[in-house]
Amino acid sequence: MKSFVIALVCGTLFGAGLHISGMSDTAKVIGFLDITGQWDPSLAFVMGSALLITTIGYRLILAKEKPIFASVFALPGASYLDRKLLIGSALFGIGWGMVGYCPGPALASILFGYTETVLFVASMFGGFILHRLIFK
Amino acid sequence: MTIPENVLFALIGGGMIGLSAVLLMFFLGRIMGVSGIAAQSLSMNPQPWRIGFLLGLILVSYGIFHLGLPIPDAPNSSSWLVALAGLIVGFGTRLGSGCTSGHGVCGMSRLSSRSIWATITFMSFGVLTVFLLKTLGGHQ
Repeated sequence: MKSFVIALVCGTLFGAGLHISGMSDTAKVIGFLDITGQWDPSLAFVMGSALLITTIGYRLILAKEKPIFASVFALPGASYLDRKLLIGSALFGIGWGMVGYCPGPALASILFGYTETVLFVASMFGGFILHRLIFK
Repeated sequence: MTIPENVLFALIGGGMIGLSAVLLMFFLGRIMGVSGIAAQSLSMNPQPWRIGFLLGLILVSYGIFHLGLPIPDAPNSSSWLVALAGLIVGFGTRLGSGCTSGHGVCGMSRLSSRSIWATITFMSFGVLTVFLLKTLGGHQ
Protein backbone atom coordinates (compact mmCIF):
# COMPACT_ATOMS: atom_id res chain seq x y z
CA MET A 1 0.00 0.00 0.00
CA LYS A 2 2.82 2.38 0.94
CA SER A 3 4.67 1.69 -2.30
CA PHE A 4 1.44 2.07 -4.26
CA VAL A 5 0.84 5.56 -2.84
CA ILE A 6 4.44 6.70 -3.30
CA ALA A 7 4.47 5.49 -6.90
CA LEU A 8 1.09 7.18 -7.48
CA VAL A 9 2.56 10.48 -6.31
CA CYS A 10 5.68 9.97 -8.47
CA GLY A 11 3.56 9.11 -11.52
CA THR A 12 1.44 12.23 -11.02
CA LEU A 13 4.48 14.48 -10.54
CA PHE A 14 6.16 12.93 -13.58
CA GLY A 15 3.03 13.36 -15.74
CA ALA A 16 2.59 16.98 -14.65
CA GLY A 17 6.27 17.60 -15.45
CA LEU A 18 5.81 16.13 -18.92
CA HIS A 19 2.91 18.50 -19.64
CA ILE A 20 4.51 21.62 -18.17
CA SER A 21 7.76 20.98 -20.04
CA GLY A 22 6.04 20.56 -23.41
CA MET A 23 7.03 16.90 -23.85
CA SER A 24 3.39 15.90 -24.40
CA ASP A 25 2.97 18.32 -27.31
CA THR A 26 3.70 16.12 -30.33
CA ALA A 27 4.14 19.11 -32.67
CA LYS A 28 6.75 20.55 -30.30
CA VAL A 29 8.57 17.21 -30.04
CA ILE A 30 8.69 16.93 -33.83
CA GLY A 31 9.98 20.53 -33.93
CA PHE A 32 12.71 19.49 -31.49
CA LEU A 33 13.74 16.54 -33.68
CA ASP A 34 13.56 18.68 -36.83
CA ILE A 35 17.14 19.95 -36.66
CA THR A 36 17.35 20.61 -40.40
CA GLY A 37 14.17 22.72 -40.40
CA GLN A 38 12.79 25.27 -37.94
CA TRP A 39 14.54 23.65 -35.00
CA ASP A 40 12.96 24.29 -31.59
CA PRO A 41 15.75 23.40 -29.13
CA SER A 42 13.76 24.24 -25.97
CA LEU A 43 13.03 20.58 -25.13
CA ALA A 44 16.77 19.98 -24.66
CA PHE A 45 16.37 21.93 -21.41
CA VAL A 46 13.86 19.32 -20.18
CA MET A 47 16.40 16.54 -20.30
CA GLY A 48 19.12 18.88 -19.05
CA SER A 49 17.13 19.92 -16.02
CA ALA A 50 15.94 16.38 -15.26
CA LEU A 51 19.49 15.04 -15.58
CA LEU A 52 20.84 17.69 -13.24
CA ILE A 53 18.40 16.59 -10.52
CA THR A 54 18.83 12.83 -11.04
CA THR A 55 22.63 12.99 -11.32
CA ILE A 56 22.92 14.76 -7.97
CA GLY A 57 19.99 12.95 -6.37
CA TYR A 58 21.04 9.44 -7.41
CA ARG A 59 24.59 10.07 -6.22
CA LEU A 60 23.33 10.94 -2.74
CA ILE A 61 20.71 8.18 -2.61
CA LEU A 62 22.81 5.34 -3.99
CA ALA A 63 25.46 6.06 -1.37
CA LYS A 64 22.93 4.86 1.20
CA GLU A 65 22.59 1.24 2.18
CA LYS A 66 19.06 0.75 0.91
CA PRO A 67 15.89 2.57 -0.12
CA ILE A 68 13.41 3.61 2.58
CA PHE A 69 10.68 1.06 1.80
CA ALA A 70 12.53 -1.69 -0.05
CA SER A 71 15.42 -4.01 0.79
CA VAL A 72 17.62 -3.21 -2.23
CA PHE A 73 18.12 -0.72 -5.04
CA ALA A 74 16.89 -2.54 -8.16
CA LEU A 75 19.47 -1.36 -10.70
CA PRO A 76 20.01 -2.93 -14.12
CA GLY A 77 23.30 -4.81 -13.97
CA ALA A 78 24.01 -5.33 -17.67
CA SER A 79 26.85 -3.25 -19.03
CA TYR A 80 27.47 -4.84 -22.43
CA LEU A 81 26.24 -3.35 -25.67
CA ASP A 82 24.32 -5.72 -27.88
CA ARG A 83 22.34 -5.74 -31.08
CA LYS A 84 19.01 -5.86 -29.22
CA LEU A 85 19.73 -2.61 -27.38
CA LEU A 86 20.72 -0.77 -30.54
CA ILE A 87 18.03 -2.18 -32.86
CA GLY A 88 15.34 -1.68 -30.22
CA SER A 89 16.42 1.91 -29.58
CA ALA A 90 16.57 2.61 -33.33
CA LEU A 91 13.01 1.28 -33.73
CA PHE A 92 11.85 3.36 -30.79
CA GLY A 93 13.46 6.46 -32.33
CA ILE A 94 11.67 5.81 -35.63
CA GLY A 95 8.29 5.50 -33.91
CA TRP A 96 9.00 8.58 -31.79
CA GLY A 97 9.81 10.65 -34.88
CA MET A 98 6.74 9.38 -36.74
CA VAL A 99 4.20 10.81 -34.30
CA GLY A 100 6.09 12.66 -31.56
CA TYR A 101 5.00 10.45 -28.66
CA CYS A 102 7.30 8.45 -26.42
CA PRO A 103 5.63 6.13 -23.86
CA GLY A 104 5.37 8.56 -20.91
CA PRO A 105 3.74 11.51 -22.68
CA ALA A 106 1.35 9.20 -24.57
CA LEU A 107 0.13 7.63 -21.30
CA ALA A 108 -0.04 11.04 -19.62
CA SER A 109 -2.30 12.31 -22.44
CA ILE A 110 -4.63 9.36 -22.75
CA LEU A 111 -7.68 10.96 -21.12
CA PHE A 112 -7.58 14.14 -23.22
CA GLY A 113 -10.23 12.58 -25.44
CA TYR A 114 -8.09 12.19 -28.56
CA THR A 115 -8.63 8.96 -30.52
CA GLU A 116 -5.08 9.21 -31.92
CA THR A 117 -3.61 9.06 -28.40
CA VAL A 118 -5.74 6.07 -27.41
CA LEU A 119 -4.80 4.35 -30.68
CA PHE A 120 -1.11 5.02 -30.02
CA VAL A 121 -1.23 3.63 -26.48
CA ALA A 122 -3.26 0.57 -27.56
CA SER A 123 -0.76 -0.26 -30.31
CA MET A 124 2.13 0.40 -27.91
CA PHE A 125 0.74 -2.27 -25.59
CA GLY A 126 0.34 -4.42 -28.70
CA GLY A 127 4.07 -3.91 -29.28
CA PHE A 128 4.86 -4.96 -25.69
CA ILE A 129 2.82 -8.15 -26.18
CA LEU A 130 4.38 -8.84 -29.59
CA HIS A 131 7.83 -8.60 -28.00
CA ARG A 132 6.82 -10.99 -25.25
CA LEU A 133 5.39 -13.49 -27.76
CA ILE A 134 8.55 -13.44 -29.86
CA PHE A 135 11.12 -13.51 -27.05
CA LYS A 136 9.49 -15.83 -24.51
CA MET B 1 18.78 38.71 -18.89
CA THR B 2 15.36 37.10 -19.17
CA ILE B 3 14.78 33.43 -19.81
CA PRO B 4 12.29 32.76 -22.66
CA GLU B 5 9.02 31.33 -21.39
CA ASN B 6 9.29 27.99 -23.20
CA VAL B 7 12.77 27.42 -21.77
CA LEU B 8 11.53 28.28 -18.29
CA PHE B 9 8.67 25.77 -18.58
CA ALA B 10 11.11 23.19 -19.95
CA LEU B 11 13.40 23.71 -16.95
CA ILE B 12 10.56 23.51 -14.41
CA GLY B 13 8.91 20.49 -16.06
CA GLY B 14 12.28 18.76 -16.43
CA GLY B 15 12.98 19.39 -12.75
CA MET B 16 9.68 17.73 -11.82
CA ILE B 17 10.55 14.74 -14.01
CA GLY B 18 13.95 14.48 -12.31
CA LEU B 19 12.42 14.85 -8.87
CA SER B 20 9.90 12.04 -9.44
CA ALA B 21 12.75 9.74 -10.57
CA VAL B 22 14.73 10.66 -7.45
CA LEU B 23 11.77 10.04 -5.13
CA LEU B 24 11.05 6.66 -6.71
CA MET B 25 14.67 5.63 -6.15
CA PHE B 26 14.84 7.07 -2.63
CA PHE B 27 11.68 5.36 -1.35
CA LEU B 28 11.31 2.25 -3.48
CA GLY B 29 14.77 1.73 -5.02
CA ARG B 30 13.28 1.65 -8.50
CA ILE B 31 14.32 3.11 -11.84
CA MET B 32 11.63 5.33 -13.35
CA GLY B 33 11.39 3.71 -16.77
CA VAL B 34 7.92 4.13 -18.19
CA SER B 35 8.07 1.50 -20.95
CA GLY B 36 9.26 -1.12 -18.46
CA ILE B 37 6.70 -0.14 -15.83
CA ALA B 38 3.87 -0.22 -18.39
CA ALA B 39 4.94 -3.49 -20.03
CA GLN B 40 5.51 -5.30 -16.73
CA SER B 41 2.17 -4.25 -15.35
CA LEU B 42 0.68 -6.50 -18.04
CA SER B 43 0.82 -9.51 -15.79
CA MET B 44 -1.51 -11.75 -13.79
CA ASN B 45 -0.43 -10.15 -10.52
CA PRO B 46 1.47 -6.94 -11.24
CA GLN B 47 3.44 -5.24 -8.49
CA PRO B 48 1.33 -2.55 -6.80
CA TRP B 49 3.92 0.22 -7.29
CA ARG B 50 3.80 -0.21 -11.07
CA ILE B 51 0.02 0.09 -11.08
CA GLY B 52 0.23 3.12 -8.77
CA PHE B 53 2.72 4.86 -11.04
CA LEU B 54 0.67 4.22 -14.18
CA LEU B 55 -2.51 5.32 -12.46
CA GLY B 56 -0.88 8.60 -11.40
CA LEU B 57 0.42 9.16 -14.91
CA ILE B 58 -2.96 8.51 -16.50
CA LEU B 59 -4.95 10.51 -13.94
CA VAL B 60 -2.86 13.60 -14.73
CA SER B 61 -4.59 13.83 -18.11
CA TYR B 62 -7.97 13.49 -16.41
CA GLY B 63 -7.10 16.23 -13.93
CA ILE B 64 -5.74 18.65 -16.52
CA PHE B 65 -8.69 18.06 -18.83
CA HIS B 66 -11.30 18.59 -16.11
CA LEU B 67 -9.58 21.60 -14.57
CA GLY B 68 -9.85 23.23 -17.98
CA LEU B 69 -6.09 23.77 -18.26
CA PRO B 70 -4.70 24.20 -21.76
CA ILE B 71 -3.90 20.90 -23.48
CA PRO B 72 -1.74 20.31 -26.55
CA ASP B 73 -3.36 19.49 -29.89
CA ALA B 74 -3.89 15.88 -30.92
CA PRO B 75 -1.05 14.32 -32.92
CA ASN B 76 -1.16 15.58 -36.47
CA SER B 77 -0.63 12.23 -38.17
CA SER B 78 -2.88 9.79 -40.01
CA SER B 79 -4.40 6.91 -38.02
CA TRP B 80 -2.34 4.22 -39.72
CA LEU B 81 0.86 6.13 -38.99
CA VAL B 82 -0.18 6.54 -35.33
CA ALA B 83 -1.00 2.83 -35.01
CA LEU B 84 2.26 1.78 -36.68
CA ALA B 85 4.29 4.20 -34.56
CA GLY B 86 2.69 2.91 -31.35
CA LEU B 87 3.50 -0.67 -32.30
CA ILE B 88 7.12 0.19 -33.16
CA VAL B 89 7.55 2.22 -29.96
CA GLY B 90 6.12 -0.61 -27.83
CA PHE B 91 8.22 -3.32 -29.48
CA GLY B 92 11.37 -1.18 -29.76
CA THR B 93 11.38 -0.01 -26.16
CA ARG B 94 11.10 -3.62 -24.94
CA LEU B 95 13.81 -4.87 -27.27
CA GLY B 96 16.03 -1.93 -26.28
CA SER B 97 15.11 -2.24 -22.56
CA GLY B 98 13.96 1.36 -22.12
CA CYS B 99 12.81 4.69 -23.47
CA THR B 100 13.33 8.38 -22.85
CA SER B 101 12.72 8.13 -19.10
CA GLY B 102 14.59 4.91 -18.25
CA HIS B 103 17.59 5.35 -20.57
CA GLY B 104 17.47 9.09 -21.31
CA VAL B 105 17.04 10.33 -17.74
CA CYS B 106 17.71 7.57 -15.19
CA GLY B 107 20.38 5.57 -17.04
CA MET B 108 22.27 8.56 -18.41
CA SER B 109 22.53 10.09 -14.94
CA ARG B 110 24.11 6.84 -13.70
CA LEU B 111 26.51 7.08 -16.66
CA SER B 112 25.39 3.66 -17.86
CA SER B 113 27.08 3.04 -21.21
CA ARG B 114 24.06 1.05 -22.42
CA SER B 115 21.76 3.98 -21.67
CA ILE B 116 24.08 6.52 -23.27
CA TRP B 117 24.24 4.45 -26.48
CA ALA B 118 20.49 3.83 -26.41
CA THR B 119 19.80 7.55 -26.04
CA ILE B 120 22.19 8.52 -28.84
CA THR B 121 20.54 5.87 -31.03
CA PHE B 122 16.90 6.81 -30.46
CA MET B 123 17.64 10.52 -30.73
CA SER B 124 19.47 10.02 -34.03
CA PHE B 125 16.75 7.83 -35.48
CA GLY B 126 14.09 10.28 -34.29
CA VAL B 127 15.87 13.12 -36.09
CA LEU B 128 16.35 10.99 -39.21
CA THR B 129 12.69 9.92 -39.24
CA VAL B 130 11.39 13.48 -38.92
CA PHE B 131 13.72 14.54 -41.74
CA LEU B 132 12.59 11.71 -44.00
CA LEU B 133 8.88 12.18 -43.27
CA LYS B 134 9.17 15.90 -43.92
CA THR B 135 10.98 15.26 -47.17
CA LEU B 136 8.39 12.68 -48.20
CA GLY B 137 5.49 14.85 -47.07
CA GLY B 138 4.31 12.93 -43.97
CA HIS B 139 4.88 15.90 -41.63
CA GLN B 140 4.29 19.41 -42.85
